[in-house]
Amino acid sequence: MITSIQELRDFAQKNERDFSVPKGIHPKEKRVVLENIGVINPDSIEEYIARGGYMSLFKVLDEMTPSEVIEEVKISGLRGRGGGGYPTGLKWESVSKVQSEQKYIICNGDEGDPGAFMDRAVMEGDPHRVLEGMTIAGYACDANKGYIYVRSEYPMAVEKLTRAIKQASKLGILGENIAHSGFSFSVEIRLGAGAFVCGEATALVASIEGGRGHPRQKPPHLSDHGLWGEPTVLNNVETFANIAAIIKNGGAWFKNIGTETSSGTKVFALTGHIKNTGLIEVPMGTTLREIIFDIGGGVENDKKFKAIQSGGPSGGCIPEHLLDLQVDYESLKSAGSIMGSGGLIVIDNSSNMVEIARFFMDFCASESCGKCTPCRVGTTELTRLLDKFIAKNATKKDFELLKEMCEVVKSTSLCGLGQTAPNPVLSTIKYFEDEYLAGIKDE
Amino acid sequence: MLDTIDDRYKTLEKSIKKLGYEKNTLIEVLHNAQETFGYLGIDTLKFIAKRLKLPYSKVYGVATFYNYFRLKPKGRHNIVVCLGTACYIKGSNKILETIERRYGIKADETTSDGALSILTARCFGSCSLAPVIVCDEQIKGNVSLENPLCEIEEKIK
Ligand SMILES: Cc1cc2nc3c(=O)[nH]c(=O)nc-3n(C[C@H](O)[C@H](O)[C@H](O)COP(=O)(O)O)c2cc1C
Ligand code: SF4
Ligand code: FES
Repeated sequence: MITSIQELRDFAQKNERDFSVPKGIHPKEKRVVLENIGVINPDSIEEYIARGGYMSLFKVLDEMTPSEVIEEVKISGLRGRGGGGYPTGLKWESVSKVQSEQKYIICNGDEGDPGAFMDRAVMEGDPHRVLEGMTIAGYACDANKGYIYVRSEYPMAVEKLTRAIKQASKLGILGENIAHSGFSFSVEIRLGAGAFVCGEATALVASIEGGRGHPRQKPPHLSDHGLWGEPTVLNNVETFANIAAIIKNGGAWFKNIGTETSSGTKVFALTGHIKNTGLIEVPMGTTLREIIFDIGGGVENDKKFKAIQSGGPSGGCIPEHLLDLQVDYESLKSAGSIMGSGGLIVIDNSSNMVEIARFFMDFCASESCGKCTPCRVGTTELTRLLDKFIAKNATKKDFELLKEMCEVVKSTSLCGLGQTAPNPVLSTIKYFEDEYLAGIKDE
Repeated sequence: MLDTIDDRYKTLEKSIKKLGYEKNTLIEVLHNAQETFGYLGIDTLKFIAKRLKLPYSKVYGVATFYNYFRLKPKGRHNIVVCLGTACYIKGSNKILETIERRYGIKADETTSDGALSILTARCFGSCSLAPVIVCDEQIKGNVSLENPLCEIEEKIK
């Protein structure tokens, strides 16, 4: 059992060893969230602690009040890494202010965006970092129970997290009265079952409660009415993975990384027609060109770059003339895409953009939960319309209908899935309109 | 045959008991049941409904809502083709077509002799290896369009 910060230091010292940092990290990268990936053995809590792990939790329990913790997170400017970019400090503050006997912390490990695997890497490669972030959130918001919702396609993540919870509980880092602070916190894992919509916050809560993952109207927000009706903080895996570093180095340190409105680093999964696929972590504000050509090595097979897709089924395609765009929440939005959770898919000039838009629309149509009509029917109809363009027998009227229907689905759907489903179509119309026009037959 | 079925229900009963017969553990129970039986048959769903004191419609509704749950048995071998974005960009739909044509069945179907099922997935988080297929729980990356079937061909014979 480790019951004080001094004991934690001694434990760290006893387990100290030479940690070699993996080679091949590009000079333009900066590792905060991924600092332990490939460095420590994820099955070893000793190694995590030897690298300074759980020091932030013990510091918080020892020296900081809950409101000081929230203040530090607010200073850091950390915004949610699950896609929306809502300020994490504000989210925690609203839950901390609600009076309730029972509150919950939920970690969203659903990682539904196909083509993204940042959260998987963190859960599998550094599970204790996630637990530490969640426990600090629990202390800050006066919640003593946490859930991690992991998608069923990630059995290895479940295994690593389960082991990590056991190890931390055994050392008294999770459980009753952690380090004699009077604060208790326990964590349970819940398995998803392959439904994209369950990544949406209210649907995820419904799924943990054992039902179908149908989103519901907000408000009430989860901060007032979350899991089993209790105030709940729900954050993404990467969001929690930033917390220990913010407490350790201070909110101001974090705020200094990145851009004015988007602080810190972001982990991206680089895939598609690119030479170096894989995970990278860069300061916010790095340009797309730097990411694709410097770090990613450029387009594979010496083909020509056409577009980069960000934000998955809710995002958009960014064309070549915008490659000097800085990656942050606002810039990507202004270009018609979104930050999303971090999947970046490079598309070369052999690809047809209408087909790519159709791919995402078909995805949304089959993942729509069916609760509201604009999304359920609209995404299906949009897929059919796109088929006409691909078969090159669309009419001018179809093109008008396509655009109009995108607007209707966007503005009348209940949850984020429907509201953002038209984005891939709208952004490809914006930048690659000629490919749609080529699908219109002469009348 | 009957005995083994009974054993499986016993295993399932045990896992439900461990979860405290709580209604909100339904998804956990379905996971356990699918692991035990390989799929969720109507009888299994009815059993679960009784045990958790839930209406059968609710159990059926949840089981059919989630893609992961299968209401039909799988073949003795299976190929799962990833149709996630990274794999799609690398031609996974063509790989699926090739495999479908080779065995004369569509995705989510099983050959008539029960030897092989073709399934699809949304992403295994192994996107750096795209295109990815999973043959009998073994992940295979950088699958080539020309010969996507790899060693599974041998096993099925
Ligand atoms: C359809 C849909 C799917 C989503 N999927 C995920 C997901 O897989 N992982 C995730 O962290 N957030 C996902 N989100 C966003 C969550 O609703 C939520 O905003 C986020 O997890 C909050 O955490 P953050 O503030 O740390 O970003 C999804 C949202 C929608 C509308
Ligand atoms: S927008 Fe789509 S996914 Fe969201 S509630 Fe409506 S039907 Fe369900
Ligand atoms: S998209 Fe196929 S493994 Fe991720």
